[in-house]
Parts: sequence; C-alpha cells; structure tokens
Amino acid sequence: MSKNKKLIATIDGNEAAAYVAYRTNEVCAIYPITPSSTMAELADEWAAKGLKNIWGAVPDIMEMQSEAGAAGTVHGALQTGSLTTTFTASQGLMLMLPNMYKIAGELTPAVFHVAARSLAAQGLSIFGDHQDVMAARTTGFAMLSSVSVQEAHDFALIAQVASLKSRIPIIHFFDGFRTSHEVNKLALLSDEQIRSMIPDELVFAHRSRGLNPEHPFIRGTAQNPDIYFQGRETVNTFYNNMPGIVEEVMNDFAAMTGRKYDLFQYTGAPDAERVIIIMGSGGETVDETMQALNAAGEKTGLVQVRLYRPFSLEHLIKAIPASVKSIAILDRTKESGAAGEPMYQDVLATLVEALQKGLIKKLPNLVGGRYGLSSKEFTPAMVKAVYDELKKEHPKNGFTIGINDDVTHTSLSYDTSFTLDESTWRQGLFFGLGADGTVGANKNTIKIIGENTDLFAQGYFVYDSKKSGARTVSHLRFGPNPIRAPYLITKADFIACHQFNFIEKVEMLDFAKEGASFLINSPYDKNEVWSKMTGQVQKSIIDKKLKVFVIDATSVARDTGMTGRINTIMQTCYFALSGVLPREDAIKQIKKAIEKSYSRKGQKVIDQNFKAVDATLANLYEVDYPKKVSAAVNVLKIVSDKAPDFVKDITAVMMAGHGDDLPVSKMPIDGTYPSGTTQWEKRNISDLVPLWEPDLCIQCGNCAYVCPHSVIRAKFYHKDYLEKAADGFKSAPINARGFPETNYTLQVYVEDCTGCNLCVEVCPASDPSNRSRKAINMGEKEPILETEKKNIEFFENIPWNDRSKIDFSTVHGAQFLEPLFEFSGACAGCGETPYLKLLSQLFGDRLLVANATGCSSIYGGNLPTTPWAVNKDGRGPAWSNSLFEDNAEFGLGMRITADKQLGSAKQYLLELKNELGEAQVDEILNAKQVLESELALQHLRVQKLKEQLRTMSSSPAQHLLSVADQLVRRSVWLIGGDGWAYDIGYGGLDHALASGRNINIMVLDTEVYSNTGGQSSKSTPTAATAKFAAGGKSGGKKDLAMQAISYGNVYVARVAFGANPQQTLLAMREAEAYDGPSLILAYSHCIAHGYDLKDGLSQQNKAVASGHWPLLRYNPVLRKKNQNPFVLDSTRPTMALRDYAYNELRYKVLTMTNPEVAENLMQHAQELVNLKWKNYEELATKKASDFVPIG
Amino acid sequence: MKMHAKYMGLDLNSPIIVSACTLSEQTDNIVRMEDNGAGAVVLFSLFEEQIRHEEAKFKSVMSETSYAFAEALDYFPDLDEFNMGTDEYLEHIRKAKERVNIPIIGSLNGITNEGWIDYSKMMEQAGADAIEINIFFIPGDITMSTSEVEHRYLNIISNIKQTVKIPVAVKLNPYFSAMGNMSLRMKNAGADGLVFFNRFYQPDFDINELVLKTDLHYSESSEIRLPLLWIALLYNKVKLSLAATTGVQSAVEVIKYILAGADVVMTASSLYKNGIPYLKTMNKELQDWMYMMGFDNLEAFRGSMSQQNISDPTAYERANYIKILDKAK
Repeated sequence: MSKNKKLIATIDGNEAAAYVAYRTNEVCAIYPITPSSTMAELADEWAAKGLKNIWGAVPDIMEMQSEAGAAGTVHGALQTGSLTTTFTASQGLMLMLPNMYKIAGELTPAVFHVAARSLAAQGLSIFGDHQDVMAARTTGFAMLSSVSVQEAHDFALIAQVASLKSRIPIIHFFDGFRTSHEVNKLALLSDEQIRSMIPDELVFAHRSRGLNPEHPFIRGTAQNPDIYFQGRETVNTFYNNMPGIVEEVMNDFAAMTGRKYDLFQYTGAPDAERVIIIMGSGGETVDETMQALNAAGEKTGLVQVRLYRPFSLEHLIKAIPASVKSIAILDRTKESGAAGEPMYQDVLATLVEALQKGLIKKLPNLVGGRYGLSSKEFTPAMVKAVYDELKKEHPKNGFTIGINDDVTHTSLSYDTSFTLDESTWRQGLFFGLGADGTVGANKNTIKIIGENTDLFAQGYFVYDSKKSGARTVSHLRFGPNPIRAPYLITKADFIACHQFNFIEKVEMLDFAKEGASFLINSPYDKNEVWSKMTGQVQKSIIDKKLKVFVIDATSVARDTGMTGRINTIMQTCYFALSGVLPREDAIKQIKKAIEKSYSRKGQKVIDQNFKAVDATLANLYEVDYPKKVSAAVNVLKIVSDKAPDFVKDITAVMMAGHGDDLPVSKMPIDGTYPSGTTQWEKRNISDLVPLWEPDLCIQCGNCAYVCPHSVIRAKFYHKDYLEKAADGFKSAPINARGFPETNYTLQVYVEDCTGCNLCVEVCPASDPSNRSRKAINMGEKEPILETEKKNIEFFENIPWNDRSKIDFSTVHGAQFLEPLFEFSGACAGCGETPYLKLLSQLFGDRLLVANATGCSSIYGGNLPTTPWAVNKDGRGPAWSNSLFEDNAEFGLGMRITADKQLGSAKQYLLELKNELGEAQVDEILNAKQVLESELALQHLRVQKLKEQLRTMSSSPAQHLLSVADQLVRRSVWLIGGDGWAYDIGYGGLDHALASGRNINIMVLDTEVYSNTGGQSSKSTPTAATAKFAAGGKSGGKKDLAMQAISYGNVYVARVAFGANPQQTLLAMREAEAYDGPSLILAYSHCIAHGYDLKDGLSQQNKAVASGHWPLLRYNPVLRKKNQNPFVLDSTRPTMALRDYAYNELRYKVLTMTNPEVAENLMQHAQELVNLKWKNYEELATKKASDFVPIG
Repeated sequence: MKMHAKYMGLDLNSPIIVSACTLSEQTDNIVRMEDNGAGAVVLFSLFEEQIRHEEAKFKSVMSETSYAFAEALDYFPDLDEFNMGTDEYLEHIRKAKERVNIPIIGSLNGITNEGWIDYSKMMEQAGADAIEINIFFIPGDITMSTSEVEHRYLNIISNIKQTVKIPVAVKLNPYFSAMGNMSLRMKNAGADGLVFFNRFYQPDFDINELVLKTDLHYSESSEIRLPLLWIALLYNKVKLSLAATTGVQSAVEVIKYILAGADVVMTASSLYKNGIPYLKTMNKELQDWMYMMGFDNLEAFRGSMSQQNISDPTAYERANYIKILDKAK
C-alpha cells in the first residue's frame, strides 16, 4: 500500500473498527452478540483467509462459550503479553464486567470495541443506546466514543495507541444499529499509517509485563484491609495522565491524516449562549442542526464528548465558551432513581468543582435529558426543541425528547415539520422484502457511487421484527459533502417499491418530497398500473406531483435469464432515474461494477447482466396519470373488530408502523403483555398456500404436525355441524372407527401461511391416477382467500375436541389438540417451531416456559405480536425470557416456586380441612394427574375450591386462594437453542439437571447460533463450516445426551420430528411424566444449514439414517424397573455421512474453499459417527445393572 | 513383458484405465489407483446440469438467507466468492496432477452446446491430459430428426476441439443408425478417441409405489457384447483411439476387448465391488494370460479378433447372429 495514497471505502462502522482492531492485535477472543457480531465474524474470516496484522502475523481468533469466557481469555492473553482485543455489546459487556475490573486494576492495555446497545430491562432490545457502556463506566476502563463510521475507524487506532501508552484499557464504543450498521464513505488507514502510530517499544513494554517463568512474579493476590485501599489509589497518576495522552495521540493522528479530534470537541458560535453536550452519533445531528440555527442568527454550540472516562475537568472547561448561559446534557441512557443520568452528573460535578476552584465565574443553567433509547430516532427537530428549551429561564431538567411522556410529563414537544436544508442530498427510500435482493443491491449502489465518484454516500437499512416475510427499508443518501445525518429519511427524492403488494399495505408516499420519483416494480404496464392503485396512493401521487415509473422487473429478469433476481434491474432503474449521476455515466458505472463483480464467472455471465441492464432501460416507462383520483380510498384495517382493546389500541398501532407515536401511558408498566396476539396479525406473506383434498386425505395428521406456523388444524365433529357451513367448506367422513356420523376437516389458515411446503413434502397420500397430486398441494391463495376466511370463521366455531377423548400417543391423535403456539414470526419452514407447537398442544394449559434468548425468544416474544396463545378457558402457556446465559437457572426458579407454592397449598388445605370438607380436600390432595381426564377433573376441583375460598375471609383461606392454582400439576419447560445449552448456559443447565427437580429441558438444536447469523457452537458438527469456524470445524460435537445420562436420574431423549414423529411425541410425553429432570435434544433443521427448507424433513431423515443424529431415549424409570434404560430408537446407519451432509451448504462450502481439508474432516467425522454408533449399540444391549442405579 | 499402451497419443503403463466414477472424487484414491497399476484415470464427470444446478442452488440459498433479519444479515462466512462446482473440479485436477504421474482425463457430461467450451478450456489449463466428453442425450422430442441429433454431437465436438489442444474422447451411446459412419464423422469433427459405451439412464418402475425407480446397477460382464462388436467392427477402419468401458469385471473382459481392437479398457464397477487394489490383480491376470499365450506385448494380439483379422469378417455382421440363434434352438 502506498503511504500517501488515500484509500477510500464504503463500509459500515463494525467493519471500520474491526479493520483496525484486527491489524493491531495478536489475539481476539470473541463471542457473538448483536449488533457487534460482524466485527468478530470479520476477524474470523480474515484469519481464515490468512490476512496478517501489521506485524506480519495472522491473529489468533478464539471463539469462547460466552462473553464472560471471552473476557477471561482476553485477560489471560493480556497477562502473558499478547496484544488482545474483543468485540461485544449489551449483555455481553455485562458478562465481561468482572474481568474488566481486573484488567483495569492491573493497568493492562487493551481495547474492547463495543457497538453500544440497550440492556434488557422491561424487555430486550437489540438496538442502540449507551446503557451498556454506562454500566461499565465504573470498571476503570477509559471510554472513547466515536460518532461516525470514519471515527469508528480512526478511534480504533487512537484507542489502541493511547491504551498502550497509558496502560489504561479502553472501551471504544459507537452507537449500535446506527454507526455499527450505517454504510458510509470513509478514508481508510493504510497498514503503514497504522504501523507508524504504534512504536515497537510500547509493544515490547506490554510483553515484558507478561507472566514469564523465566522471571516470575505473582499478580492477582488476595489483599486485606491493611493495604487494599492504598493499592487502589496507586493508579491515580495513570488516570490523571490519560487525558493528556489521548490528546497527544489525537494530535499525532491529526498530523498524519488531517483528521483532528479533541477530547471534548466544541463546535458552534464562539459566543454561544446555549450549548448541548452529547456523546455518540447524536452529536452529528446536533452539529448539523446547530449550524443551521446559527446561520439563522442563533447563538448555539455543541460539545461532543470523545473521552468520557477519565472525565477531564480541564479539557471540558476549555471546551465550553465563557458566554454560555445554559447547557443541556443529553444522555442516551437511563438510570432510574438517580439524581440524573451519568453524563449530566459528571458535567454538573465538574462545573461545580470548576466554580469552586474559580476556573469559571458562574455556573450555567444545567439540565439533563434523555434521548434515543433503543435507537429511537433523534432528529434535527428534536435538537431544535432542546435548544429552544434552553432559551427558557427555567428549562426542564430530567427531560426526555423523542417520545410522548404523558404520565410524568418529562417530554419536550417538538415540531416534526422542522428539517434541515437537504437540497444537496439525493435521498432514496427502497421498500423491499427480506432476502429479495433489495438491501444487497443498495449496498452495491453505495459502493459503486461512493468508491467510483467524488460523491459521498450513506446507507442505513431497517428490518422489521419477523424472520419470515420481513419488510426492509433501505435509506440511501448521496451528496457532494460528507453525510452526517444519523437519522432516517423522511423526505425522499426517490421512492422505490420493489414488491407491488406494498402499494396497498405500506404508506410509502408519506416520505415522498414534492416532485419525487416513484418507481414501482409492477406486473401491470404503464397504462394499467394507475387503476391498480388505491385511492390514497393516487391522491398522494397527484398532491405531491410525483413522477411515476413502472418496470415489470420480474418479466425482465425472466426474459434475460435471471429469473427471480430483480436486484440488478431495480438497481439499474435507480441509476437511470435518480439523477445522482448523469444517466449515461450512471449506466456506465453499473456496467463497470458488473464486470468487476462477475469477472470470475466468465463473459457469459457478464453479458447476461449487461443484457438485463439494457432490457431494463428498454422496459422502464413513465406513467402518464390522470390528475384526479379514480379509485376508492381503501381504509386499511389493521386488526379485526373482534380483537381485544389492548390489541386495537396498542398492538395495532405498532403493527401499522406507528409505535413511535404511542405515549408512555399506553405502555404496560412492567413489560407484561397479553398472550396470543399473532392471531390478529394476518400477514398474508405467501401467495401459495396448501389446498386440502378431502377425497385423497388419509387423515394421518402429518401435515398438521410438521406445520411450523400452526396453520393447518384438524377437528372432528358431528356431521350436523355442516348444515350451517358455508359453501366451499371442506369436510370428509372421519376414517377412524367408533365415530359414527362424524366428519373431519383439515383447515388451512391461509392468511398465516408462509408457503414453506413442508406439509406437501410430508403428505403420504396421493392420487393413484396422478402421483403428483397429493392430499395437500400448494396452490394460489388469491382465488380462495375470501372463501377460506369464511371457512376459518366457521371452523373456529366448531369446538375443539374433548382432550380426554383424544389419543395423545399418536401423531394422528395429536392433530386434534389445540395448538397454543401459533403464527409465529419464525422463518418459513422453521425446524424448531413444530416442537414448540406440539409442546403447547400436549401441555399448553398448565405450561410454564422459561425461554433462553435466541431465535425461540425472538419469534416467541418479539413485539408487536407474540405466538404463545390462550385457550377458550383462558388458560395457556405462561412464557418469559430472562437472559441468554441464565435460562436453566431461571426455569429452575419457576419449578421451585411451583413446588414451594404447591407445598403451601397442601398445607393450607390440611389446615382448612374442616371448613372445606374432608372428602374434598382428600380428593384434591390425592388426585392422580397423569391422564388428560384426570387433569381435567383436577382443574374442575380447583375451580370449585377457589369459588369456595372467595367466600371465606380467614387468612389461611386467602393464602390458599393465592396459591391454589398450583394444585393442578405444573409443567415447567426450559427452552433454548444449542448456543444456550451447549455453550453460554451450559453450567446452569448442568446444575439444573443435577438438581433432581422436575424440570423439562428442550434444546432446539440447530447446531449453530442461528439467531445471530450462524456462528459455531459446541453443537456444530465436525466438518461443518460456520462463522467463527470459517475453515471448517475440526473438533467434535459435544454429546450432551451422554453427559446428562451420566447422572443416572435424568430422562434424556434425542429426537428428530422429521425422521420419527412418533418417537418425538413419545419422548415429550415421557419426559413430562417423569418426576425428575428431563433433557430433550431436538434436531432442528435451520436456514443456517444452507438448503431449501422444504427439504428439511428429508434432511432430518438423512441425519438419522447416516448416524449423525441417532434417536435415543434414556428413561430412569426403566432402570428402576430393572430394565435397560438406554433405548436406541433408530436403526444402524444406512448411508454415509457425506450423503447427508453434502446436501447442505454448511458442509459443502468447505469442499469448495478447501477440498483437502473438507475430505479429511469428513473422514474424521465419519469415524466419529461410527464410533458413536458402536458405543450406543453397546449401551443398548447392556443389562440394567450396568447403569447408574436410581436411589 | 510390455504392458505399454497408447491412447489418443498418451503413453500409458497399462491398458487398464479407471473410468469416470465417484472413486476418483478423492485424490488419495487416485494415488492408490496409480499405485495399483492404473494406466490413467478418467475423473468423475462434471455434469453440465450439476454445474448449473449447483450455481443456482448456491445463489438461491445465499440470497434467500441474506438481509432478511436485523440480527442475522447472513448465515455463512464470506470467503470471497465460493468456488462453484467447476472451480472445485479444476482444483481436483490440479491436486491430482501434483500427486500422480499417470495421465488424468477430465470428464464432462452434458447435452447442450453451451458451457462446454469454457469448461474444457479450464480443464486443460488446470492440467488435464485429455478430456472425455459424455454427450448424454436422449432425443425424447419426437420431432427431432436423426440428422439433428447427429449434428448436435458433431457441433459439440468441433467446438471443443477448436478450443483445446489436448486430445478429446467422445463417450457414445450405441444407438446411432449408422454407428460406423457416425464414428468417421466424429473423427472428422476432431475427436481423438471413442469410448464404447455410456450407460445412460434407463428407468424402471416400482409397481407398489407407482413411481420411477432410479437406482443404478453396476455393469455386468454379460454386457460386453455390444461394445465388443463395435470395437471389433471399427478397429483399423477409423483412425481413432478406441476405448472399451462396459462390463469389465476382470482381466477376461480386458483381454477380450483388446482382442477386438481396443487401445484401452476402462473399468469402475470391478473396483466398486473389489476395491482399488483389484487393479493390480487385473494387471497381473492380464500379464499371466499374455505369458501363457506367448504374447510379449499388447500389440501382438490387439485387434486379432477384430472383423479385419478373422477369416470370415461377415461373421461379425449378420451371419454371427444367425449362428447364435441356431445354437439357441
């Protein structure tokens, strides 16, 4: 790299920071957590590719079992002299805190790069604020805040150098889900520049302080009251020197790059009267707004805090103009119960001290305010409101901005119409569907324009909360100057609708500027499209004088041999229409980019793409629309009139995308939300849905069983019900014996279907005269939608079948159980949710769920709507998520409560025996609660008991009333993925199993961290590739089943519903019936495995058939009966592991990147499979006495 | 005793070649094949559909899982661009060439004219000593004429030959109206060798499930008669290398094919059944037979039972058939 050549890149903040961190360290100890995972992933990928750091070595990247583990590893590596870093956020940083105190206390230079994120409080949030870093401010780490992508890059280096110079470790942080994910144009540091900033002596000094048996010492002693205090005070000099060191490094950096930073960076009027002090990306918004206000004659200023710890009085005082009368300190965090938020208190304390020392003459009016929690928008309008507030004689202290706090009235109001002059920007908004290529194409657009022209570029991408059918909105800005606007676009010059059905559903044109261009990907041509728009869309177009363009991108893609890929086409339209570049130039650039991207694929592919570009231009038409509205104004109803008030008033507002408008008073005070709200959100994300053929159906229930979204349901009923059925309601005589005059219906909830196809794949029945016609087939939804809506309504009025009459032990029987987990936002074809649905069917009305953070907590608990539902009696699963790492302990706590309260209830029952009647008390106490009929009776008894107790006023009666529900046997399930069970939560899981308590643990094992994007876990199998195992996993997969079996008293099952649904059902029932700890390892096919999930069931079969996933049950009850408790439920492997594995990209990818390693690993993996099977077979043939006896 | 053979100009230490099969998917196996006396190895086939399918599958998996959810913008490490099937195959050729001295013959299996040229060129660049093209085409379209089918073959051959310098063999199916003439035309189009024959997909039905059975069975020694006939008929009539590749279970079939005029004999099913070391057994049995018969080298008996070299050449044509029928009475 040439030293003086300016390297330009368009990357996001995560990459910008990781770029430097990787080059300036020898060890990275990592663990995935949103939104910082990308930094760790990049480090791992670079290492896998052999990219070297500035000293010519490839850093050692070590994934750990948790952030606590990562911090421990960092500590160890640092203590032995390695330059070491890590990347984290939020709860991850919380887990690192104990080690951070140690690292800082031992004066160890290191930089932790943090994409700052909210902490889980009343709810989890993956979005950005400073709650996490503020919780770490007492650790002794210095804190350096960068506000932009460029700064994330620059400060990564400044932090590294300053830490080595000062010996104080540093948290370098930037705003998660803003800076971390914003793509922006920046000047990259060359390796030579980076190298020149880090003198070798600093590295040698660090190494020399490392533990070394050649000159041993002891560090990490236990200290007593005599000296601990003094020991803590030894570091003061280092902290006193730190601000000066950081300043010096910033000056050196400025001399090298021309980019000048200050510890407290003041901008604004030299004689400013009103100043905002802020940290993080919001500072950019304040800066731009402040300049606009000053241009209009106001006297405002801004102090951006770069170095937050140590907090330098001297530098702060220097930064604030003497003219200042009032200051607002904006904190992006909340500290309930404090005198004010942390930075407010720091500034206040500092200025009071300055006043006392005579460094300032007068204390300005100081107020603190909160903004931007969980990435809440922070806009110029809000900034103006804060400056305006400061004009008041008594500005509000402890204010909030950006929300409507109508309870404690903290919020400042602001004028939403206020915007800055955006005339130099070209702003584009693109509405697409997740994975439809829109985001990828837009990132590419930014790269093309940002890296090939003098224009500056910014991109930010917003996703909704669902994993299937999610909507994406891309926000792109281009302009002649650096773009410092870390907030969303509200007035776009260009709006693109990549999915035609959004026209009806999404209020896209609210964001259109007058005269903007509106591009629609439309199956209707320029003459027809107008008539397909709703009245309100037509009105917006007319009112805003929009230029409307249409392209049938789907057809163009098909005609140019790129079926299904509309991204290049829509991108070309943008280049042609947006005016960011002159049209001819723009097309030239896009073709240049195509040549570059596809050079490895050969000329044919390039030509194909060129053809698509040319065909795009030939098929892009402007719509000449009439100047009056011709269509009806279609008021979009968000939820049905039947929805409960909470759903109508609150949930529906969130669903409509207006959650920002909800005031504080509408929020549940403690994070408690009603269950079962997905039923009100009819997402209609699939055009193809299952169509049932009653004449072919054998009523096996397989389709209902495997449906991941509980879309297929079955009931049987007396045929007389059909008299009231609407035309088109499908029914067939039930084929089970002993049910005269009974009909069967399989109802598909078409509006909730994701189109995954699993039901069709699993259907065993087909038309003898046409084998391709099964008893359930995918077909167009549109023609049947209205009929099916009526059918669903009718079906819902047919009562669910009496549970005591259903055979729970068969798949056929299970279809008639009401699912109390429905319509989740999980991926189409999800391999986890069928287990949860079955769980809810079997035990739903007495189910307590502790859910580890991960996919299942996101599709299970991500607002606006949640899938855990309620039956007609008002009962259903009670669900909660605590954290990622503590779920086993969390669930164990639930069990302890159940046992404790049951004990109390029994005690009160005995106390109240006379009042309640001996017979009744005995009946309740001695009730057998195994069969469904027995449970139903106990429910009735407890209901009756509670009614009685309500009439009694004695203390025991009231106490009994408060715990009487526990008299119905509780089913406590601890649910989570393999990241939780095998890694971060393993210690707790092991302890919960060892507790002997009646808990049921279900591990939804996808063999990878699915929720955070496919990082390797200890369940990831040998030979598979994953993030953090980019070179293929060489270690073995942990055999959690055998570990649990070693206790002897733990019920263990390994199941795969796609391979053996009956065994899955049996295992779940046995686990629940077992009065002790149970562990079920549930094979869950996953999008992260890399194949079309419609083949998920077939892959499950192969996983079992190859011996990769042997089905087994270990039942301590059998041991007690002197039988062999270890039962192998699958047969000896009938296929090679590779024949299963190489259908999946996670395995296949290694054969393409490193075939020799792939082959070696696959052979090794096969050996492991063979060995495992041999051992299992031996166990299955042993005697009962060979296993741990049950006490 | 000289076991030296020549195939399309390539010098081989043995006339026994490993035909295209999955055993050659592993480089270690190729080394073992050489160690056990294989004259050359035809690598497993790179299927045109496989290439297209693989690329499409990858693209769709990658794109359908990218940028769909805020926490997981993708699911696989970005190792630049993954190598697609072709890259993998080429890498395999390179690795094989690094580890063995025997010729490595790349194998392409396709039906259209597209793509062949690129892939052939890439194979040549990767170090393949020759290419075997398997034009796997069943003219199920009844409007397609005989000449159209034939032209498709000839076009593919001439296109490839215009691109690569290494020899090209064509693996045929036996159902040409005029196999002899077609062989000549293929030679004129540039083919360097013909391989008799490919065993294309011939479906069976499962009468219980009412579905197609798609299992593949190994060739049996009884299947050698058709290729034996054509090799014997064409030996020395068409100046092309002739390779036999059906039903070779032991040295017996190898000997028969060479007697008919084959330059080389290919086998895969014998290795599936008996393991790669069986190549050594076959070579030894061939040598033993030659010793017993007093043949010092392959040329001493190659083609000795071909149509040209027997006293009654017409026996190969019709009379032989009548004789067989008579015997069956």
